[in-house]
Amino acid sequence: MALATSPPEAPAPPDRKTYSSDAAGLGRVRASVFAAPALLLIAVFLVFPALWVLYLSITNYRLSGVEARDPQVVGLDNFFNALVSGKFWNSTWLTVEFVLGSAVIGQVVLGFTIAWLMRDRTGPLKRLVEGLVILAWILPSAVVSFLWVALLDRDGGTLNLLLGIPGFAWLLDYPMLSIIVFNTWRGTAFSMMLYGAALGNVPPSHLESARLAGASGWQQLRDVVFPHIRGHILTNLLLISLWTFNDFTPFMLTAGGPDGKTEILAVYVYKEALIGGNLGVGAAISAIILLINLVVAVFYLRLLRRKS
Amino acid sequence: MSPRRVLGRIGFYTLIAVVLAFFSVPLLWLATAPFTSDPTYEVSLPDFTLANFRAILEHPYALGSLYNSLILAVGTALLVVLFAALAAYALSRVRIPGRDGLLYALLLLSSIITGTAAMVPIYQLAVELNLIDTHLGVILILTGGLLPAAIFMLKDFMDTTPKSYEESARVFGASPLQIVRHVVVPLVRPGLATIAVWAIANVWGNFLMPYLLFSSDPENQPAAVIIYTLYTEGGQANLQLLSTFGLLYSVPVVLMYLFVSKKYGFRFHGGIKR
Repeated sequence: MALATSPPEAPAPPDRKTYSSDAAGLGRVRASVFAAPALLLIAVFLVFPALWVLYLSITNYRLSGVEARDPQVVGLDNFFNALVSGKFWNSTWLTVEFVLGSAVIGQVVLGFTIAWLMRDRTGPLKRLVEGLVILAWILPSAVVSFLWVALLDRDGGTLNLLLGIPGFAWLLDYPMLSIIVFNTWRGTAFSMMLYGAALGNVPPSHLESARLAGASGWQQLRDVVFPHIRGHILTNLLLISLWTFNDFTPFMLTAGGPDGKTEILAVYVYKEALIGGNLGVGAAISAIILLINLVVAVFYLRLLRRKS
Repeated sequence: MSPRRVLGRIGFYTLIAVVLAFFSVPLLWLATAPFTSDPTYEVSLPDFTLANFRAILEHPYALGSLYNSLILAVGTALLVVLFAALAAYALSRVRIPGRDGLLYALLLLSSIITGTAAMVPIYQLAVELNLIDTHLGVILILTGGLLPAAIFMLKDFMDTTPKSYEESARVFGASPLQIVRHVVVPLVRPGLATIAVWAIANVWGNFLMPYLLFSSDPENQPAAVIIYTLYTEGGQANLQLLSTFGLLYSVPVVLMYLFVSKKYGFRFHGGIKR
């Protein structure tokens, strides 16, 4: 609702659009003051370390030894070494599998399915389902990883007991599948809540008329629901892809093993920089990860821009 | 009921049963092992002993670590909610050139920098700023890491709230800060609650930063770090202490979730869409 007359103390600004969005009369100066504390903290504890990582990536800095005291600039050597190493590409591929499997497919499909099934419901069943899904999301990762170690244990693990296959070593024989299912379990809540909110925005009348026109459930989803929540889907994909890409929790289940079969990039950086002590190389890999994340983000943002 | 609807019903409840099983089975161990004497990884009917709880109470750092976690989580959540709300409001209402690009860039940076990548610079920074072995240090670092995502989510929330209330408040002579406190905050309260829970859960579970900054003194370490010290002398995980401490460590976040979901509703109202 726009006011019929402009408030007495404010002369009409030249740009009508600026005025209508700045309803509280904040103005740029006060807006900057409001944003300053957050931006200051972000600058000191986020931007500054990031720039430092970029600097480290062109040095031969190590955790110990001569290079720890007096690191030399070695140019782009660290980047070249990373890009020609098979281990790096192996890790990158594993990370892509992990993100596609657990975030893009696992969390999105499961999260949407639950939100869709629960869309018109209220009452104890809905609270129970949502509560359990959210529980998996808010429990501390240390606790959750021990729970999954217990679940997947060879001899006493609940999963083998339920399936009647004692002695089956999930974490050794299917390590990637294990961490993908684990991360789906862990992170579905966010997508479920986001799609739950998004489905609430789809006008019931549109669905009703589609139903009257004889559209099947799938057709209703495709023609009415998805166009409405396109923005939500893409934002959700962007956030969970980035989070999953940089997630370190799988390390607590498999420690990157066996034989590096679950050594995703976050684990690879840790091993290279802190176990191997090659801080410069680790920083270079971090910089490459940042670049990959940028590409992923730009890809989603382009999709968002297109006809929205 | 037509056969089609009966089938639909059966399908619905089957799916729900599968979802319930998938999400509850991994949690069973946490419910049984703490009450079992000499627990293994097997889920079995407990003998309802409280000996494990007595053992954890005698542990020198267990209870103190929960208190440390509380300080870190509450301190960080307060800063995140306050600063993110102010910044998100400003960014939502005033058009600053390059705003969206800036937000996305920060979001990108935060998702990577809080991981293992920036451990070395962050440690060196903390040394320079005299923040080693202080709660404030961990709080500030975690706040910096969580703020971009918090601003991003809250800004979307603010974008969807009606602006007419602010216009009327302004006509009656309210200052911008008053408008934020008395008009905007009540409107976006569920969003603020969600962000607070999200921040608390994040800090409560965060292992890396406190591990890095409280390396020397177990007195200051939060539960996320202490839980990894619960090993037997033979180097095996001490399941008795681990399961019990895991339960104690989980209860606060569960209570918080129940409280918030009852009071405010734990959900994204408009959703995040851009």
